[in-house]
Amino acid sequence: MSAAPILSFDEVSYRYPGAEEAALQRVCLEMQEGEVCLLAGLSGGGKSTLLRAACGLVPHFHGGTFAGRVTVCGRDTREHGPAQLGAHTAVLFQDPETQLVMSSVRAELALALESRGQSPDVVARGVEEVALAIGVDHLLHRRTAELSGGEKQRVALAAALAGRPRIVLLDEPTSQLDPVAGEELFGLLRRLNQEWETSILIAEHRLERCLHLADRVVAMANGCVAHDGAPVSFLSWAGEHAEHLQTPAARLLQLSGVDAPPPTGVRQARSSLRARGLLPEDGSLAAPGPASPKGRRALAGLATRRLQRGPEPALRMRGVWHELKDGPAILRGVDLTLAGGEVVALMGANGAGKSTLLRHAAGLLEPTRGKVGSAGRVALLLQNPGDYFLHERVELEASTAAIERAGLAAMTQRNPRDLSGGERQRLALAIVTDSQQPPAVLALDEPTRGMDRGAKAALAQDLRCRAHQGMAVIVATHDPEFAAACAQRAVLLAGGSVIADASCAELLSGGWYFATETARILGGHGGALLPQQGAQAIADLAGVRSAA
Amino acid sequence: MTGALSYRPSASPLHAARATVGACWALSLTIAVVVIDHPLVLVSIGVACLTASFAVGVGRQVARALRVALAIGVPLVIINVLVSREGLTVFARLGNLGPFGQGDLTVESLVYGLVIALKVSIVILVCALGSLAVDPDELLSACRRISFRSALTTSLTLRMVPLLAVDAQNLAQAQRTRPDAATMGSLRRRALLLAASVGGALDRALDVAATLELRGFATAGRVRRRRRPLSRHDLAFAGSAAGVLVLTLAVRLSRAAAFHAYPLLRVSTSTATLGFCVAIAAVALAPFLSRRGIEPR
Repeated sequence: MSAAPILSFDEVSYRYPGAEEAALQRVCLEMQEGEVCLLAGLSGGGKSTLLRAACGLVPHFHGGTFAGRVTVCGRDTREHGPAQLGAHTAVLFQDPETQLVMSSVRAELALALESRGQSPDVVARGVEEVALAIGVDHLLHRRTAELSGGEKQRVALAAALAGRPRIVLLDEPTSQLDPVAGEELFGLLRRLNQEWETSILIAEHRLERCLHLADRVVAMANGCVAHDGAPVSFLSWAGEHAEHLQTPAARLLQLSGVDAPPPTGVRQARSSLRARGLLPEDGSLAAPGPASPKGRRALAGLATRRLQRGPEPALRMRGVWHELKDGPAILRGVDLTLAGGEVVALMGANGAGKSTLLRHAAGLLEPTRGKVGSAGRVALLLQNPGDYFLHERVELEASTAAIERAGLAAMTQRNPRDLSGGERQRLALAIVTDSQQPPAVLALDEPTRGMDRGAKAALAQDLRCRAHQGMAVIVATHDPEFAAACAQRAVLLAGGSVIADASCAELLSGGWYFATETARILGGHGGALLPQQGAQAIADLAGVRSAA
Repeated sequence: MTGALSYRPSASPLHAARATVGACWALSLTIAVVVIDHPLVLVSIGVACLTASFAVGVGRQVARALRVALAIGVPLVIINVLVSREGLTVFARLGNLGPFGQGDLTVESLVYGLVIALKVSIVILVCALGSLAVDPDELLSACRRISFRSALTTSLTLRMVPLLAVDAQNLAQAQRTRPDAATMGSLRRRALLLAASVGGALDRALDVAATLELRGFATAGRVRRRRRPLSRHDLAFAGSAAGVLVLTLAVRLSRAAAFHAYPLLRVSTSTATLGFCVAIAAVALAPFLSRRGIEPR
């Protein structure tokens, strides 16, 4: 007889107050102690609502109509509110800013324990233990406002774990983090699961980053469980029924016609290809570009010089510095030139200076040294599309033509803040580009945060289309797959300086973190970045080998 | 983003002392300033406060607070000179001011106005030093034993105000990049921006409320006191606060540091007065001499 599940959904249906459609429909799900379960699905599929139901926020906090029964650690959520369930569950949402409520890290970690009336000795011990376990002990004396995004997310996780919960619920916890911080967080979750048998339920769009952690994948669609099974079974299902949920590795092998179980990671994909003689012989990971500093500088300047010889550039930055009055330099002598019709991906870790560079391009900031010039207006889309909304109805935010182009013609009477993430992004893009004279440059700061793969593909298509019409597009992103899908050129920033400036094929095929999954599988062979390109490269290789 | 006078962690004796003791030390200086009128003693407390600020590493920020003190102090002096009808040494006659009587400006009212301005300025300096060097979370944590919800609300406010300021900054930047920003009237744009800021603040508030709920806010009970051994810095600042209060009482009761503004200026400048000045500054600054057991930040 199996043990009682740590989490169970029994015929759960839920409708948010005022909503026309149900967010969850007759959901049945069980999770065992120590299990790692991944929630997959497109935006609006019901993943976040399911997580909120699991911690009691639905229906206690959000209201609405609830039917069925959710049990967490043997407690019925209809009878126990989030505060009581919080002793057994830890919850981590997307935005770390709203999950920290105190000014110092130590106070943040102590809050949950103090709220539950624990004795001072238990609080002190709990804080020390969780800080050491999660690796935030060195942050205990820091102010929460001073932490980086990754540090804030770790502290928020530590605060949620302070009461030693048995199950952790995470809603796209890495959507606001750079790849390095995201990997650190997943490493931490693996440790939690391995060392303390903590159950983990995680909703994530970029499945390739965490599929290897999962025991099970539950795919949600329209508020229902569309598939529930092991990762390999999920990938097989996604290959047939939900292409947008496939990981790049699985898609690559499917497109290549490789008759093998779908791979859950790079190692399995390489192993399948190697077994069939389809892995390029130089398939070890390629070195990232020229090794010497001189070589790197030459590579960095190549694209810029190439453009300088051409017609008037759409955007030109010359030796741009941004030095804070009482602080460090954020940009250090950046030289960058963009031609009309070009899409450039701006990449780099959090704090590298990407957002500052885009603000300089749009004229929101004045360089402390250096010059910025453009051939016309620079439209800038900042990270939070909600910041652009001033009115109560979509139709008041932009012209009818711009709204139609954004595909929002049917939503003109809705409040912009009620739109989904992808729709908000499209409306904000319509607002910043809506003028008689189209902008010469379109700059986007992390536009894919929290977007599902379908919405990303649509945005990449839109950006390519705008570039085709002569606009120069520069997009700051942490997502190599998105960069590869929309950009021809990539610029890598580190410490406020441009350290690499080359074609996407060159820059994203030989990197470690800044590389697509396809490039990592094929070791950068042929500069293939996307599954389609990878499949073509494999087909070419197979052709050459069979001819030989 | 942090506010100009928000807490700054640093490796200093005042930071190393527990927040309640640090707050008591600052409070003792404030009481001294309120109780004592003698300008020389006030100046010595002001100098001690500035010296302490530099010893703590927040001297520049505290010195900047002097601008606020000046902005408040100058009108105080002017108002006192114009309003006060006391004092015998007239330095300017404004003639008959109708219902306000004779407009005679006196040296005594000018000096007393300066003393009031000095008191206000020093209180501002002490408050600035306190807010920069005393951990508000630790202080509010102590207050949570008295009223959990009020203290937590204050903690939340301290955390949320800079966050909402960043949100408002982002919102304003986003609005500047709207193509219709130039055509929209300034007043209308500001009104819309304000509405959007309030909407954003409400969204933030909802998310924070959800987090608080999950941390057990609804079941929160009385927080129990944690017994911690007193560090040398706790003892030093507590002793200093007590010393300042004793000296203040002594200054008030003795005639050694007498100061009378009206009807004629009488300012004691005896050796005892100077002794009080030196003693009160020395007692206030004594805890800063020991730097043992301070964790580097």
